[in-house]
Amino acid sequence: MERMPKWADVVLTPLISLVLAFAISAVVILAIGESPVEALKVMVEGALFSSYGWGFTLYYTTNFIFTGLAVMVAYHAGLFNIGGEGQAAMGGLGVALMLLFVPWPHWALALPGAMIGAAAFGALWALIPAWLQAKRGSHIVITTIMFNFIAAALLNYVLVNLLRPVGKMDPATANFPEPTHLPSISDLLLSLGIEWGKNTPVNVTFFIALAACLLVWLLIWRTRLGYEIRAFGKSEPGAVYAGISPTRITVIAMLISGGLAGLMAINNVMGEAERLVLNSVEGAGFIGIAVALMGRNHPFGVLLAAFLFGFLYQGGGELALWTSIPRELIVVIQALVILFTGALDNMVRMPLERLFMALRRKKEA
Amino acid sequence: MASTPGTDTAPAIELRGISKAFGPVQANKGIDLVVPRGTIHGIIGENGAGKSTLMSILYGFYRPDAGEILIGGKPTAITDSQTAIRSGIGMVFQHFKLVQNFTVLENVILGAEDGGLLRPSLSRARGELKRLASEYELQVDPDALVEELSVGHQQRVEILKALYRQADILILDEPTGVLTPAEADHLFRILRGLRDEGKTIILITHKLREIMEITDNVSVMRRGEMVASVKTRETNPTQLAELMVGRKVLLRVDKAPAQPGAPILSVRGLRMVDTAGVERLRGIDLDIHAGEILGIAGVSGNGQTQLLEILGGYPEKGARLEGTVTLNGQPLPLTGSDARARRQAGVGHVPEDRQVEGLIMDFAAWENVAFGYHDAPEFQNGLLMDNAAIRADAAGKMQRFDVRPPNPELAAKNFSGGNQQKIVVAREVERNPDLLLIGQPTRGVDIGAIEFIHKRIVELRDAGKAVLLVSVELDEITALSDRIAVMFDGRIMGERLPDQATVADLGCLMAGVDPATTAPEDAITPATAPGLDEGVR
Repeated sequence: MERMPKWADVVLTPLISLVLAFAISAVVILAIGESPVEALKVMVEGALFSSYGWGFTLYYTTNFIFTGLAVMVAYHAGLFNIGGEGQAAMGGLGVALMLLFVPWPHWALALPGAMIGAAAFGALWALIPAWLQAKRGSHIVITTIMFNFIAAALLNYVLVNLLRPVGKMDPATANFPEPTHLPSISDLLLSLGIEWGKNTPVNVTFFIALAACLLVWLLIWRTRLGYEIRAFGKSEPGAVYAGISPTRITVIAMLISGGLAGLMAINNVMGEAERLVLNSVEGAGFIGIAVALMGRNHPFGVLLAAFLFGFLYQGGGELALWTSIPRELIVVIQALVILFTGALDNMVRMPLERLFMALRRKKEA
Repeated sequence: MASTPGTDTAPAIELRGISKAFGPVQANKGIDLVVPRGTIHGIIGENGAGKSTLMSILYGFYRPDAGEILIGGKPTAITDSQTAIRSGIGMVFQHFKLVQNFTVLENVILGAEDGGLLRPSLSRARGELKRLASEYELQVDPDALVEELSVGHQQRVEILKALYRQADILILDEPTGVLTPAEADHLFRILRGLRDEGKTIILITHKLREIMEITDNVSVMRRGEMVASVKTRETNPTQLAELMVGRKVLLRVDKAPAQPGAPILSVRGLRMVDTAGVERLRGIDLDIHAGEILGIAGVSGNGQTQLLEILGGYPEKGARLEGTVTLNGQPLPLTGSDARARRQAGVGHVPEDRQVEGLIMDFAAWENVAFGYHDAPEFQNGLLMDNAAIRADAAGKMQRFDVRPPNPELAAKNFSGGNQQKIVVAREVERNPDLLLIGQPTRGVDIGAIEFIHKRIVELRDAGKAVLLVSVELDEITALSDRIAVMFDGRIMGERLPDQATVADLGCLMAGVDPATTAPEDAITPATAPGLDEGVR
């Protein structure tokens, strides 16, 4: 017997969590002497009331879709991949190497090449923790989080000592060659005669992210591999009984997870920065955890949650720009959303479940 | 069943109209129960009759929807287990709640420490344990680590814990399920001693033998209701069995004599040492022929699980294995885990624990019907799985096995135990395996489903297949098997034919004593009551 209807589980619970997070944010904003109504207005207008705002919101959304899907795929295998940050950073290195050292004639050819580089490097970075988990029992939460630091240090070394162009002070690669630059969506629309989102970073990667949502959905719920991943994630003894190899599933699920995290680099490194800089991921790997949690580990939920966090990122930037609310407060708001939708999920869920069960009993009586 | 509240003669426990529902399931319906002080009171009923729910209410795990609890004549609201303990109720669970790497003493004082420092509590507990040990035959080394104790001794620690907390009323939930007959006898001596000292004991069980042997009064539960409360000496096993089941019990499974054919499975000298270095199997020799059911009896934990896992193709990772296993004359690889290859070789497996292994509880029934066979060609559609084909297949199997409700979309966890088991049995039996491994086929399964599952096992045998049945229920073993092998401590203690085996004989083998070699058979005192419930479930 389900404790509450599916819509309440999928829609109502996160919605209430969100409202609670915003309510407490409002109290904090009041406490520092600003108007929460004004703040909300600035955020909504800045993120959603102009094509410029949308351009940025969707750009961030794209990042979070990839990292959210990465966490989600691993989660279905019962693995908590906290290493999205490092895997996305390594994906950036894959993109940079592909674009700097292969003379691509056109972006349409460079894109699949860069995708392979991004996914391969991200997957490779997830492979080592996966292997250690499967073979040595090293806990994947610990290893992936440590691999974030190793990735950061490694990139630091590579950028400063190996890929930095001679004579530059900046720890970054040279700009990628002109033919590899991805068209932004505003460029594409402009060629159709529509003026939208001028000077915004959202690019064709957004469509790749949408396609990734669909492919991940197919993978998890329509393929044999997905079936085995879910079975293993729910019950390892059950999987062993059914002849599913825990080693194989752990490794494959983490390869897919790391590959998805790595693919984020197509958006931020290839599409936006057009070179690899230090700390290119900017925390998107960690946001992916919240996105997957809030998205109920379903690709469609991940899409919506990624959009919410995209909105928070862009709206938060606007808030810092146009009000005297300090930038740090945006982090507070984001943290509250993560806290309520992720960590404190059961705080909302359990009373809701009780409410629905009481309602049902009343109906039956 | 009248009581006089507030006097010395008030019953230790009185329940009035206790009801409890879980969603649409009415686990307890208007339960009345009176347990007089200083008696052993049996509560008997099938699995799922509501015994455990009732005791959980008494111990404060659940709040009743309606009804009243009187302890020593005083109405008491038991809101949590702390209240229960303060009211003098102690509980010994079926699955012990001990900290494995603590000593006995540390476990006893856990949660009942006197203050911030441990030493005073420990020395007080040491004295108390000494007293209890001499008074009630409850000897346990207070400094032994719990993980090094036998199951019987661990149970004593649980009883000591309750007594240390000054329990007057002791509830034991299926206490003998994990004990050998000898250990069970010792437990009963302890319980009698406690009763004679004025303690009240509630014994939950589904074993009629125990009820007849030790209780003063017995209450029978069926489908959430208390259907009878009688004095034990005024009743008999047959009457109790009928009360439990609500109708005449089918004592035997209808089956024709076996027509054994060629050997299907041969096991020779199978040994297994697990990763902890414990030798779980110490040289097993077995043959199962086509058209034959070999029953393996034994107290659980004597190597049956390991045997099933090895034959099912997934021995514990890192375990050391020796010996040979041949299926239809072909040697099977022993090492490595490949349950998939084993299925393809024609071995079906209904695992002992359907909730942990046999089913993915969160998966829909239709997904579970494909579990383990999800790579079968008829379930594939190019790169994707053919979910429509799996659904159709599942619907057919669920209908033929009378799974209720016949809804393939429902998650496995939402079916009752019996229907969950039917899903597993349907999946394995309908693949028509040459060899069916089946562990605890009717654990936690209601009587209607038991008959159904037994019939299907016999049908498979009659179709010329080999069946290896592992069960801790002796009645099930004797009713179904064509030959019985008894396992003890990783060995086959002996083989018997079901019509020649007595419960006493099998009980001795289960305890590791071979009556044929140690003493003449009639010299062994059976650990059973007179008027043994022969064949009655």
